[in-house]
Parts: sequence; structure tokens; C-alpha cells
Amino acid sequence: MQNLQLNEHGRLRHFLTIEGLSRELLLQILDTAESFAALPGRPVKKVPLLRGRIITNLFFENSTRTRTTFELAAKMLSADVINFNISTSATTKGETLLDTLRNIEAMHSDMFVVRHAQSGAAHFIARNASPRVSVINAGDGRHAHPTQAMLDMFTIRKHKGDFTPLRVAIVGDVLHSRVARSQILALNTLGVSEVRIVGPRTLLPTEARALGVHVFHDLAEGIRDVDVVIMLRLQNERMDGALLPNEHEYFRLYGLTDERLESAKPDAIVMHPGPMNRGIEMDSEVADGPRSVILQQVSYGIAVRMAVMSMAMQSQADLGGEA
Amino acid sequence: MSESTQFMKHDAILDLVGGMAQVLRKQLSDRNLDNPAVIGIHTGGAWLAQHISRLLQLQEPTGLLDISFYRDDFTQIGVNPQVRPSRIDFDVDGRNIVLVDDVLHTGRTIRAAMNEIFDYGRPASITLVTLIERSGRELPIQPDVIGLSPPLGLDDHIKLNGPEPLSLEILHGARTAR
Repeated sequence: MQNLQLNEHGRLRHFLTIEGLSRELLLQILDTAESFAALPGRPVKKVPLLRGRIITNLFFENSTRTRTTFELAAKMLSADVINFNISTSATTKGETLLDTLRNIEAMHSDMFVVRHAQSGAAHFIARNASPRVSVINAGDGRHAHPTQAMLDMFTIRKHKGDFTPLRVAIVGDVLHSRVARSQILALNTLGVSEVRIVGPRTLLPTEARALGVHVFHDLAEGIRDVDVVIMLRLQNERMDGALLPNEHEYFRLYGLTDERLESAKPDAIVMHPGPMNRGIEMDSEVADGPRSVILQQVSYGIAVRMAVMSMAMQSQADLGGEA
Repeated sequence: MSESTQFMKHDAILDLVGGMAQVLRKQLSDRNLDNPAVIGIHTGGAWLAQHISRLLQLQEPTGLLDISFYRDDFTQIGVNPQVRPSRIDFDVDGRNIVLVDDVLHTGRTIRAAMNEIFDYGRPASITLVTLIERSGRELPIQPDVIGLSPPLGLDDHIKLNGPEPLSLEILHGARTAR
């Protein structure tokens, strides 16, 4: 089956998941983002690339940071932005997802940025949207969060340059994390030397080996000699059942402290997709320490989202002649 | 495939640029445009800007513009996959800018470049320097200093290769890119 995300010229049409995308395409996203990353240093923090386009944020699940960075990215591309927080809107009045979609299409939107608690929601919308609309997945259930993964790749490349020699550890609640799933796919596509997942058995997926990762249950072992430590948030709201004794116990075993970080490489960087629970996933001394790049991740997120949005809009350029 | 002719080689191009720098220096002084700052358009214009800056004995690093995000044909061609970050390390406000490009053709690149420069600040003036001026203008934009205006057919495309060595090449019967 043809990849829903690519048009007939192999260019990005929707950005739904890292799965099925080539190394070249991921590198093109990072290179394009590199150009946008210079924008905040200018007096006018805007380029006219998407002037006159309408981008709609469709958030069926709350997220202040992700929505804000998407909104900022769209505005820095000179697009106009509409925000729909649908959890508090039409669906609670009984409207179906398709009806909501048709209504927003009727408002002449060129792009939907979709976040939904259900896995596959962005794919569903991409399959059913008009051909003149591009869909960006801003997180669907436990499935994927591809722009977060790409901003993490961008952050890693900024600090480490080449991906191939790197060892990366992803620590914590991998089971419930769409971020981790997308990160693992991106890291393997970009050809890092090793991806590890580290956490208690109850929070790691059983299909770990199929994902192309090495599994560790001891934190110090798991981050030994790694170049990058990615801490995940404990997804309390997505946990159904007691997978953990309690948060203190979790911190005692898997919380990242300066002392534990000793076993990683001396120049290892520490990342977190946010929002972070201080004192549960990591100690403040690490979060605010010299190896933490957590706030840079947020800034780079804007540039990466600009890259993905402008590239997806390009597929509409390919449609141009046929209209 | 279209055939190509070597039009000019490195040393001849540098001689031409040397002459352009002299004309430029005189123009700047006649018009009282002091303390100029040079900006080159990626890629050919950026190479030439380096030479011009050196010949004018300017200390500041030359600015670099990649106008991909400012082009008016984005809806037709999309984002250039080889886009580079623009880089201007001096304050554009109130400066006399020397804008350098390799080939002036439709004028659309220069329009885009001027739009981008104004997003960095409000220059006191912009002086346009191009190595090659050719027919085919679609906008009312004219150069202040030119190297050469070779007679070219409508379907001919002239291209600067470089940076070391520089060479000018004419592609016959090629559909021009912009």
C-alpha cells in the first residue's frame, strides 16, 4: 500500500508517524529546521512562506506546550491560526469526528494539526480529509508523536553532530509513551549505534526486541556509557491499574540524580519531552544542571514544526497545476 | 539534455569583479554612502560578495541571504531542500547595504532579498551589484553596478559555478529555473 504520508513525488503530504519515512526525508526535515532555528535571533521573527494559509489546531486532548509551539511555528511562517479545543466543544454535544472535520474544512483550512487521545485518530482524519488539506499528528493515544521525536533528533544532532556512533537510553514509562515509540523509530532510521529502553518490567513494552532496542531494568546499567539520556514522564493519566508501588519507590529506582548520571559518558546530554515531574523522573539538580538540554528542546520544537509544516504544504504546491 | 558552453573562467571573472569593485567604490563615494556593508545572495552572490568585500577592504563579515523562504513561487515549487540559514551579523538599521548577486534576470530574487533585508532592519540604502545582467526582467529592478550584459537567447540559462575556481557556463535551450 502506498504510504499515506507521501504524495506521488515522494514528498511529505501528511506527517503522521516516523514509520515508513526514509533517512533522507528525516534529514531533510532536520536541515530545513536548521534554517528556521536562526529566525528568533532576528528583529522580525517571521518569514512569509505560508502567508494567506490557514492552519487549524484540532486538539481533542489538552496540551498547552505542544499547541503553543505549533501555533507559534505557524505564525512565524505567516500563516493564520485557528485553535479548536474540542474536548470542551462540539464532541461533548454529540457531533461525530467526521462532522467536526467537515465543518472545519468548510472554514477553508489548509492544514490540520491534530492531537487526540485515541491511537490512529490523525490517520483517520488524513484519510478522510479533502485532498487539499495536510494533516500533522501532534500526538495520538499511545501511538505516535512524530514532531516531538524530530525535535529530539534535532536537539541530539545540535549537540552530537553525527548520529551513527551514538548510544541513546530512553528511561521510564516506555509502555504508555507515544513519544518513545516515535523516538525509537527515528533513532533507528537515522542509524544510531544502539537504542536502549530502561525501566521496570511493568512499564516496558513486551515487543521490545521487535522495536530494535536493548532492554535494561537497572538504571545505572542502562545508561552506562550512553551519549544521550532521554527521561520520559510517568503517564499517570494513561495508567489503568497499579503498575507501580508508588512514586517514591519509582524515584528510588529510576529517578535520575547527578550520582546516577555518573555512569553515562561525561559529555552525555539529558533530555525530557516535558512536562516533567521533578523528584519523580529526575532530580532538580539534573533538570537544571549543565547537561540538561530540556529548555533547548522547547525552542528547537518551534523550528522543527515550522519545517514539517512548510514541507507538508509543499505537497499542495504539487497539486497546484491540476486545479 | 541541453548542451552547455564555458563562457568565462576564474581569472577573467576575478578581473571583472575587480573592475566592478572600482566602479562600486566610486559610486559609493559620489553618493556619499559611507561605511557600506556587503550582503551576498546564496550561493553565487555569496561567493562574489566575499571578493567584493575584500577588494573594498571591509572588516565586517559579509552577510549571507538564502531567499528560499521569501520567494513568490513557493506555491509552485515548494521549499528548496538545500535551503541554508541566512546570516547577517551586523545591524542593518541605517546601514548602506551593497547587495550582490551573480545573475540579474527576472528581478524576483532581488525583490525577495530586499524583503528579507527589511526583516532585519531598515537600511539607509541598498546598492545592487550583479556580475551578469541579462534580459527577461519581470519587475522594475535595475542594477547599480554590473559586470557584463551578454546577449543571451530566451531559452539560454547562464550559471556561475564555484567558489574555487569560479566559472560561468551557458546552458543552451534550458528552461530557466526562476
